[in-house]
Amino acid sequence: MQTKITGRVWKYGDDVNTDVIFPGKYTYSLTDPAEMAKHALEDLDPTFVANVRPGDIIVAGKNWGCGSSREQAVVCLKEAGVGAIVARSFARIYFRNAINYALPIVTCDAVDSVESGDEITIDFAAGTVTTPRATYTFPPFPPEVMAILEAGGLIPYTKQVLGVNRCE
Amino acid sequence: MGHTFAEKVLARKAGLESVVPGQIVTVRPDKLLTHDNTSDIARKFREIGVTKVADPAMHVIVLDHVTPAANETYAISHKATRAFVAEQGIESFYDIGEGICHQVLPEKGHAWPGAVIVGSDSHTPTHGAFGAFAAGIGRTEAAAVMATGTIWLRVPETLRIVLNGTLPPRVSAKDVILRIIGDLRADGADYCSVEFTGEAIRTMSIAGRMVLCNMAAEMGAKNAVVEADETTLAWLAGRTPWDIETLRRWATEFRSDPDATYARVIEYDVSDLAPHVAKPHTVDNVVPITEVTGVKIDQALIGTCTNGRLEDLEVAAEILRDNHIAPGVRLLVLPASREVLLAAIERGIIADLVAAGATLLNPGCGPCLGAHEGCMAPGEVTISTANRNFKGRMGSKDAFTYLGSPATVAASALAGVIADPRKR
Ligand code: SF4
Repeated sequence: MQTKITGRVWKYGDDVNTDVIFPGKYTYSLTDPAEMAKHALEDLDPTFVANVRPGDIIVAGKNWGCGSSREQAVVCLKEAGVGAIVARSFARIYFRNAINYALPIVTCDAVDSVESGDEITIDFAAGTVTTPRATYTFPPFPPEVMAILEAGGLIPYTKQVLGVNRCE
Repeated sequence: MGHTFAEKVLARKAGLESVVPGQIVTVRPDKLLTHDNTSDIARKFREIGVTKVADPAMHVIVLDHVTPAANETYAISHKATRAFVAEQGIESFYDIGEGICHQVLPEKGHAWPGAVIVGSDSHTPTHGAFGAFAAGIGRTEAAAVMATGTIWLRVPETLRIVLNGTLPPRVSAKDVILRIIGDLRADGADYCSVEFTGEAIRTMSIAGRMVLCNMAAEMGAKNAVVEADETTLAWLAGRTPWDIETLRRWATEFRSDPDATYARVIEYDVSDLAPHVAKPHTVDNVVPITEVTGVKIDQALIGTCTNGRLEDLEVAAEILRDNHIAPGVRLLVLPASREVLLAAIERGIIADLVAAGATLLNPGCGPCLGAHEGCMAPGEVTISTANRNFKGRMGSKDAFTYLGSPATVAASALAGVIADPRKR
C-alpha cells in the first residue's frame, strides 16, 4: 500500500447508496470488473465514467455506501481508477468491503473544504488529508485491518494466513 | 459491570472472558448464508487456492434472488452453485421455489439464540429476531469464511430501542420501524448492535420482530436483536438441532444484563402510532400516511424478506376479500417461502388475493432488486412492502417507489392511490 497519494477530487453528498454506485440490475449478470467499472455511479453522476482518471479521489459526506452488501460498489470504483475514498462516515459493510478489496478509505470531514476538481493529498503514515483549504487528521487503522490492506486485500491475506502457495 | 447481548455472544464465540466495544475479535460463525451470489463467491474461494470448504455444515445456501433464472446468464450462475454444493457436500442447500434466504434460514432451523450468523446479504440482521447475532458481509469475506471457517468482527456499541404500549389496529411492526428510521436517519445506527425491547415487543409475533431486525439494516446497524422469549422458543421448537431446554438456557445466557452499557437508549410509545410511508428515493424519507394519501400508483407489491409472511398476506386478504383492485393497478404478491405459500393456500388467503386481481409470483425476491418479474418503466409509481426504495432499484431510475406496511399497500391497491388502511 502506498503511504501517500495525491489525486483530483470528485465531490458527492450524504448517504450515497450502493444502488446508485452500482445498479442492482447488474449485480448478478456482470462479473468482469472492467465491465463493472463502465457502470460506476451511473445513476448518480452520468459524467463520472467518461471523465474519471486513475488516482482520482472521491470525497463525500456521511454514510457513503449505505444499502446493500454488494461488493461491486467497491470493485467498480477501484477498477475505474479511483485511488481512495474520503468520507465523513462509511456504511459498515462498505467499509469492510473496501478494506477487503484494498481500496483505501479514510474517515474525516474533508468534504467541508473541497470542490470537485481540487487536488488533495492523503498521507496514511501521518494520518492526514490535505485539501487546498485545510488539513484533517484521521485515526490509524487497527493492526488487523492494516494487515489486510498491506497484503493487497482479503484474498491475498487469506492465502498468506493459510500458507497457500502465492506464486501461481 | 454488565454486558450487552452483542458483547456476550462475541466474547463466548471468541473464547474470551469479556470484550468491549471497538475490540476486534476472530470468531467461528455457526452459519454462513449465501444466495444467488454463491457462484461468484465460489469463484473467489477457488482463487484463494484451497479446494475444500473449512466446514460444509456451516453453509446455508438458498437460490432466491432471480429465480427461476430470468435468462441464460442467471441459469449458468445457478448451475455453478448447484455444482459447488454437490462438489463440497453441502447439505443445507435450498433450490429455487423454497423461498427468500432470510425466511428459509430460520424455517429450516439454522437460527437460534446466541448463534453467530454471517451472510453475504445486507439483510442478514433479520435473524436477530430469533436471538442470534447476525450480520451482513461482502462476497470476498464470505469466500474467506468458506476457506478459513473464521471471520474478524468489531465488537459493536449497542443502541437500545424500547417500545412501550400496544399497536393500534392496522398499524404494524413495519410502521414502527419506518418511523424509527425516519427519526434516526439512514446512518442513525451505523456499526451498532440494535436491541429492540419493551412491552410492544413482548406481544409482537415472530414475523413482526423479523420486520424490525430486517430493516435495522436501513439505518446502518451491524446486527439487530430481539431477546429470545417463550414466543421465540415456541416458534423454534422442532426446527433447530437443539432441544427446547438448551435453547431456553441460551436465551437466558445471552440476554443483556440490566447494568449493561449502551451508546444510546431511545423510548417510543406505539399506542397512537399512525401508519407511516417512506417516500422516494431513500428509506429515511418517512412521513405519516396522511401526508401522501392520494398519490396515484401503477403497481403495488406485497412480499420480500420484509413483509412476505403469513400475517402480511392475511391482513392484505382481509382488506381485499370480496373486493377488486382499482383499474390500471397491478398488484404483485410474493409469499416469502414455500411454507408461507402452502399455509396461505390452506387458509384460502391466496384464492382471496388472486380473485381480487393480484398476480401471484413464486416465493423469492421477485422484483425487489429490479432484475425481473415486475420492473418499472420511467415515470411509474410502486408502493411496496419491501425495505428499499432507492433510485433505480426496481427498474427505471426515473420510477418512484414508496414503502409501507402490507395493510397500507393492500388499501392502496384497492383505491388506486396511496390510502390509509385504518379507513378500510
Ligand atoms: S427480498 Fe429484496 S431485500 Fe430481501 S433478500 Fe431478496 S432482494 Fe434482498
